[in-house]
Amino acid sequence: MMPLVLLREGSHLLTVCNACRYCEGYCAVWKAMEHRVVFKERDLNYLANLCHNCGECYYSCQYSPPHEFDINPPKTFAKIRVSSYEQYAWPRPLAKAFRANGLLVSLLTAALLIAFLLFGSMAVGSRLLTPVRDGDFYQIVPHEVMASAFGTVGFFVALALLIGFLRFWRNSGEPFSELANPAALGLALKDALRLKNLDNGGEGCAYPAEKSSQALRWFHHATFYGFLSCFVATTLGAFDYYVLGWHGPPSYASLPVIFGTFGGIGLVIGPIGLFALKQRRNREIVNMSQDGMDISFIVLLVVISITGLLLLALRESAAMGALLIVHLALVMTLFVTMPYGKFVHGIYRFAALLKWALERGRPIQGRPEVQDAPRIRA
Amino acid sequence: MAAALTARENGASVLVLEAAPQHFRGGNSRHTRNLRCMHDAPTDVMTEAYREDEFYKDILSVTGGQTNEQLARMTIRESANCAGWMKRHGVRFQPALGGTMQLGRTNAFFLGGGKAMMNAYYAAAERTGIRVIYNAEVVDLHVADGKFESASVLLEGQTFEVRAKAIVAASGGFESNLEWLRRIWGPPADNFLIRGTPYNQGKVLARLIDLGVESVGDPTQGHFVAIDARAPKFDGGIVTRLDCVSLGIVVNKNGERFYDEGEDFWPKRYAIWGRLVAQQPDQIGYCILDSKAMGKFMPSVFPPMEAQSIGELARLMQLPEEKLVATVGAYNAAVQPGTFDHTILDNCKTSGLHPEKTHWALRIDRPPFFAYGLRPGLTFTYLGVKVDERANAVMKGGQRTRNIFAAGEIVAGSILGKGYVAGFGVTIGTVFGRIAGREAALEARNGKASAP
Repeated sequence: MMPLVLLREGSHLLTVCNACRYCEGYCAVWKAMEHRVVFKERDLNYLANLCHNCGECYYSCQYSPPHEFDINPPKTFAKIRVSSYEQYAWPRPLAKAFRANGLLVSLLTAALLIAFLLFGSMAVGSRLLTPVRDGDFYQIVPHEVMASAFGTVGFFVALALLIGFLRFWRNSGEPFSELANPAALGLALKDALRLKNLDNGGEGCAYPAEKSSQALRWFHHATFYGFLSCFVATTLGAFDYYVLGWHGPPSYASLPVIFGTFGGIGLVIGPIGLFALKQRRNREIVNMSQDGMDISFIVLLVVISITGLLLLALRESAAMGALLIVHLALVMTLFVTMPYGKFVHGIYRFAALLKWALERGRPIQGRPEVQDAPRIRA
Repeated sequence: MAAALTARENGASVLVLEAAPQHFRGGNSRHTRNLRCMHDAPTDVMTEAYREDEFYKDILSVTGGQTNEQLARMTIRESANCAGWMKRHGVRFQPALGGTMQLGRTNAFFLGGGKAMMNAYYAAAERTGIRVIYNAEVVDLHVADGKFESASVLLEGQTFEVRAKAIVAASGGFESNLEWLRRIWGPPADNFLIRGTPYNQGKVLARLIDLGVESVGDPTQGHFVAIDARAPKFDGGIVTRLDCVSLGIVVNKNGERFYDEGEDFWPKRYAIWGRLVAQQPDQIGYCILDSKAMGKFMPSVFPPMEAQSIGELARLMQLPEEKLVATVGAYNAAVQPGTFDHTILDNCKTSGLHPEKTHWALRIDRPPFFAYGLRPGLTFTYLGVKVDERANAVMKGGQRTRNIFAAGEIVAGSILGKGYVAGFGVTIGTVFGRIAGREAALEARNGKASAP
């Protein structure tokens, strides 16, 4: 349940915005808003997750603070988003992990690092610090161990994310059958993959500061496509192992290494760029209390990528064993925390885009006779 | 800001004295949304065509002829260049057809509205080296022989003299000056709500008229609309508008109807109801609706009062209960059968009432019942200074001032003697701003003014 004070704030925001509608030319949030007259919890959750946090509307708003209406869409939506993450999380008790998320993730990182290193040195002993022929990391951690550990956790993570997604969908009021609507899926994918809602007609968005820029969009692209590329690399690796039966370390020119390298580079540039933008953003329009969650995610992505790239470069040296253990411990931390941290924004953002793809084709119910008042003039 | 940018581009050093703090800068431009432009063919920001003659006819119709044909036609012709000029200065528009309104043919809509437009202008000003001082209120002007010499500026409690070779007054009307409003309308003015910025005090306007500049526009008239009675005293803007009058009845604080709620369509209806409410005791009206009307009009930002009976609604609104019940009863009894159609002047009317409701009259009989309080919301005042086609202020007797120019709302009265047509304020502001900036820069560079 959304806290009452947040429900009031969100409903006030959208009541003012829906009576104004000057922002209709910006992102999908404002067009989706016009499909509604009252704003209940589920509408707020949907619109907040549709918001890409770009800030254009805030700077254009004649009612933003210090105006007494105190309209601050990016900040209000950010607060509602975090509340909705908790609402949809599975299993429920872990929803609390969204609070003090930065601290939790840091503690878990440390714990897993220690555990992995301890376990690694007990299992492998001094070989951890000795070069391995061909940099074959399966000599350090056997493939079966790696695959079963990450497979099990990965299955749980995928299940948790799926349940969260379905909970969002049920809360949004859409029938589950619409999830199989190919046209809507196509539209939503197009919006998501291009980050169309951060574009505003080619000018970009007011993040980190008032002057519109494409920086957020490009750094997010680097991060997202970096992540995707790493995912592809892992999948290809599994394909090589199981289908083609290549059990040795992949060569430098193999597809998994190429995708992994590009992905790793993207995942260094992207999150560091996002972090740099974060330092320059307007603190008036963000939800500062989610910083821990944002930053821990960024840091994890960067250190995983750096250790991954190092692992590739140094795989024939004595450092490989220790690096591998560190890298795997960090990846495991990321895996475990994915359903309870910043990562979920992508799941719910996509779900919201999918709902918008369905909704935008529908007529607006009971739309009042729309008339343009003689606006207060210049 | 159009004047400042143009003056700078024409080689002048420009200082902008803004009475408001940064957030409230630019007067009521913050509340605008679009501008009306002439165009002979579809453009990227407007559909079809809107030609000079049609445009002028629209101006004639809303002003009832109270316009200056030469200035109006010049403004209309110049309006064709406005959107391009604005784009060059960073203003973004919504694509044609992208807007919600039927105004897509005549008006170009700013992406993000008027504040986004002003943000673009202020950013352009910063790039080009125009200095803007906020919280700097011009409290006096020093003029000798029709020549501006300096302005007294109040900034952080201290008064400074600012000398310049030319001045462009773009300081708006006096709609936020409560004392001035009271002088004209008496105690009822205390119950007016001001829809826009609290900073349009009209001090420069008053001083210019004092100095002998010719005034235009009826000094006792303003543009009033009926807005939600719970709107803030100032700056409620667009979200407090309420257009539900035609779907129900409107009573005063005594529970009596006072005007035909079904007389006409929105533009006219909207334009007269502010004044009608202003003429009622305590300047308040109450629109009474039943559940049939809900969802048929753009909601105000405030929820309506809701009750299961008219009597209960009367108690909630602190209206005389018996009287309201009787008024609604009499109205319901007078409603004639007809076919309701809100998009035409339909045949649903009353018979035997004073006043009658001549269209869209349906019985108020399906609970729950709803009520909105209505107050007069003052948008702008018509009094301004007279300018010629160079935006040069004209003295009483017809002589031109030497270096005093004016733009924006302060000159709008020359063209809009009464009434209003959507988006024309920004058009006047942009056209006269550009002219005033160009002429002021010319005067500053060539004029023999010897200011240091």
